[in-house]
Amino acid sequence: MSTPVVASPTGFDLPTAQKRAILSMVCLGFGALFIGIINGLGQALNYASVDILQYFPGMRDYYQGLTVHGVVNAIVFTFAFANGFLALTTSRALARPLNATWLWVVFGLMVAGTLLAGYAMATGQASVLYTFYPPLMAHWSFYLGLALLVVSTWVTTALIFIALRSWRKENQGERIPLLAFISAATYLMWTVASVGIAISVVGLLLPWSLGLIESSDPLLSRTLFWYSGHPIVYFWLLPAYVSWYVMVPRHAGGTLFSDSLTRVVFVMFILLSIPTGFHHQYTDPGIGTGMKALHGALTFGVFFPSMVTAFTVLYALEIGGRRRGGTGLANWFLKLDWKNPALVAQVLAMLTFTLGGITGLINASYNLNQAIHNTAWVPGHFHMTVGSAVTMSFMGIAYWLIPYLTGRQLVGRGMAVLQSWIYFAGVLVMARGLISGGIDGMPRRTNMLEAAYSKPSWELAGMLTGLGGTLMFVGGMLFFAVFAATLFFGKKTDEPMDLPLTTTHHPPKTRGWEVKLDRFRYWLVAMLILIAVAYGPFLVQYLPAAFESPPYQFY
Amino acid sequence: MADSQHPLDAERIEKVFLIITAVMLLTFLGALFYSAFGMGMHLPDREEQIDVREVRDTPPFDEPGVRQVGDNEYEVVLLGYAWAFQPREIRVPAGAKVTFIATTTDVIHGVHIEGTRMNFMLIPGQVARVEGTFREPGEHLMICHEYCGAGHHIMYGRVIVE
Ligand code: HEM
Ligand SMILES: [Cu+2]
Ligand SMILES: [Cu+2]
Repeated sequence: MSTPVVASPTGFDLPTAQKRAILSMVCLGFGALFIGIINGLGQALNYASVDILQYFPGMRDYYQGLTVHGVVNAIVFTFAFANGFLALTTSRALARPLNATWLWVVFGLMVAGTLLAGYAMATGQASVLYTFYPPLMAHWSFYLGLALLVVSTWVTTALIFIALRSWRKENQGERIPLLAFISAATYLMWTVASVGIAISVVGLLLPWSLGLIESSDPLLSRTLFWYSGHPIVYFWLLPAYVSWYVMVPRHAGGTLFSDSLTRVVFVMFILLSIPTGFHHQYTDPGIGTGMKALHGALTFGVFFPSMVTAFTVLYALEIGGRRRGGTGLANWFLKLDWKNPALVAQVLAMLTFTLGGITGLINASYNLNQAIHNTAWVPGHFHMTVGSAVTMSFMGIAYWLIPYLTGRQLVGRGMAVLQSWIYFAGVLVMARGLISGGIDGMPRRTNMLEAAYSKPSWELAGMLTGLGGTLMFVGGMLFFAVFAATLFFGKKTDEPMDLPLTTTHHPPKTRGWEVKLDRFRYWLVAMLILIAVAYGPFLVQYLPAAFESPPYQFY
Repeated sequence: MADSQHPLDAERIEKVFLIITAVMLLTFLGALFYSAFGMGMHLPDREEQIDVREVRDTPPFDEPGVRQVGDNEYEVVLLGYAWAFQPREIRVPAGAKVTFIATTTDVIHGVHIEGTRMNFMLIPGQVARVEGTFREPGEHLMICHEYCGAGHHIMYGRVIVE
């Protein structure tokens, strides 16, 4: 038997019932994003001293909206898309159906979670932002809703690994198809990572909000949050990486450079995503500088897989551009298929991610972090990562995924391409505003319109934020127009469709150390050891926890 | 090997790429190491813990304010609560060594003295201790930069360097 290239070579079409479940997840995700983007416009304009939030029905204050923006964008949208997309890629790569009932369970958990958290946020009983640091207390349904959203990802993990196990039984001694390997790696990482948030939410905050526990330990909950809160950014990112590694080369007409290198990158994310959470707590009292430095150094380790990704992606694009007649140092870039919306969205996403990565490196830089921590710089940074690199990639994926799942052709290709450019321009302008304001001390998470203080030099920063945010909003709305038109009015085709899958320049090895890359068990053990090293000393020193902080509802 | 289907000698480029990566990584880490230990730019460390319910009765937080503690050394005992700082106005001379000893009486707050590297969190039960020197005379906003409830945006103070 030959070893598959990136996915089972026999071809495989998902049964209709499963396509429906996955389509429902993707629609839930983009539905959440729709609400999130409307709120985003309100926030960006608020920084420009324009108050449109007052016209939002039921909106009590800025922070209620900001909570919604964070939760629906960073949690509901990303989780729903990842659950659907990576269930699909696993199933396709292994050429086996998943359990349709359980796929619907995943969807149901997400709907229930979104409704519960949504109820608390909409009624103004959970204006605690998406980080929900105690002792600010939200309504119990907020915590329960978040817990169900996390559980939905665990069920997806189970689905993925059950499929992988049965595949292995039938294909002993073979390499796991690359696409399945990187999908499973993403969920393995996140499942171990999400334990922190789960302990905090289910073990401490939910009973606390129900009155079963009287007090909280803010530093402990904050630490548990960031134990999950850094790796969550890779859980947002890795589904986009799956596409960048395995699908974008196909769109571009290029090829994936190396199977082994790709697996190494994902293994490094398994190992290095979690033991780095203190880089979000550099300025916290209560945590020793030695541990902060250790987490900082490990964070820099992620620089390596990031640069490998840059190399691999550039390789694929350059090969594609040259095969299309590109020459010289940069002309190949212009020769890419700039009419293919799936490609355009993701190439632009990669460009913003370059800036997102550089600003992220600055955030991670230990004492340099003090210059920008909790200033507007930070949302400037992450709208170039999750807010555009990830979001635009998911939009780009949707341009082939919705046709694949519905059997309908994409409506409005031209508008889809335009949409990406507008969103791209918007995020660059908004980030320029937020970043320059942040360097100048302008805070994040702040209702600037009603703030008791200001600086004249923040005015330009605020205006750019508002202008860029408006462009992003327009780009986003054009996306939803294409999305809805395709869903409802796209022309039905009977042509069989498949996922856009690349071939590999250096295919998987069947002998040598590379074979061991497939042993998830090893990586799980190594990951747990690193976590123990990174968090053990702190916990030993810190525990037993001091549950002394009474709850507050200052909103 | 380059040919028409693979018009790049990618293996060689990859090696160069990875070497550049390693050099950059080591340079960055070296610079950070130097700035922290060579130039003494430290992050807040682990200090003592206190009972958040009794902050106002626990020294030194029973007397928030600015005190001269040495020749050219000052101590600022700072409290954050919803939604103000105590003291609201801090006056220190330029060039003096200033140590902030700070905590919160209720929820999490933050302190950023805009235009400086003074940037730290106030976490219930934890004492933050941060040292620094204001070199030039002037005024800085002292902003609460962590969301602390509906009045978060009115929580600020001033540092006046004389
Ligand atoms: C039209 C598009 C968008 C606009 C105009 C926008 C605007 C903003 C602005 C101005 C802020 C800062 C608010 C503050 O700190 O006071 C913000 C925060 C945030 N945004 Fe967006 N955003 C958009 C889309 C997105 C997307 C697509 C995501 C993620 C998928 C996202 C995730 C976040 C998160 C996690 C925060 C932080 C919330 C917090 O501090 O609690 N945004 N957004
Ligand atoms: Cu992080
Ligand atoms: Cu505040």
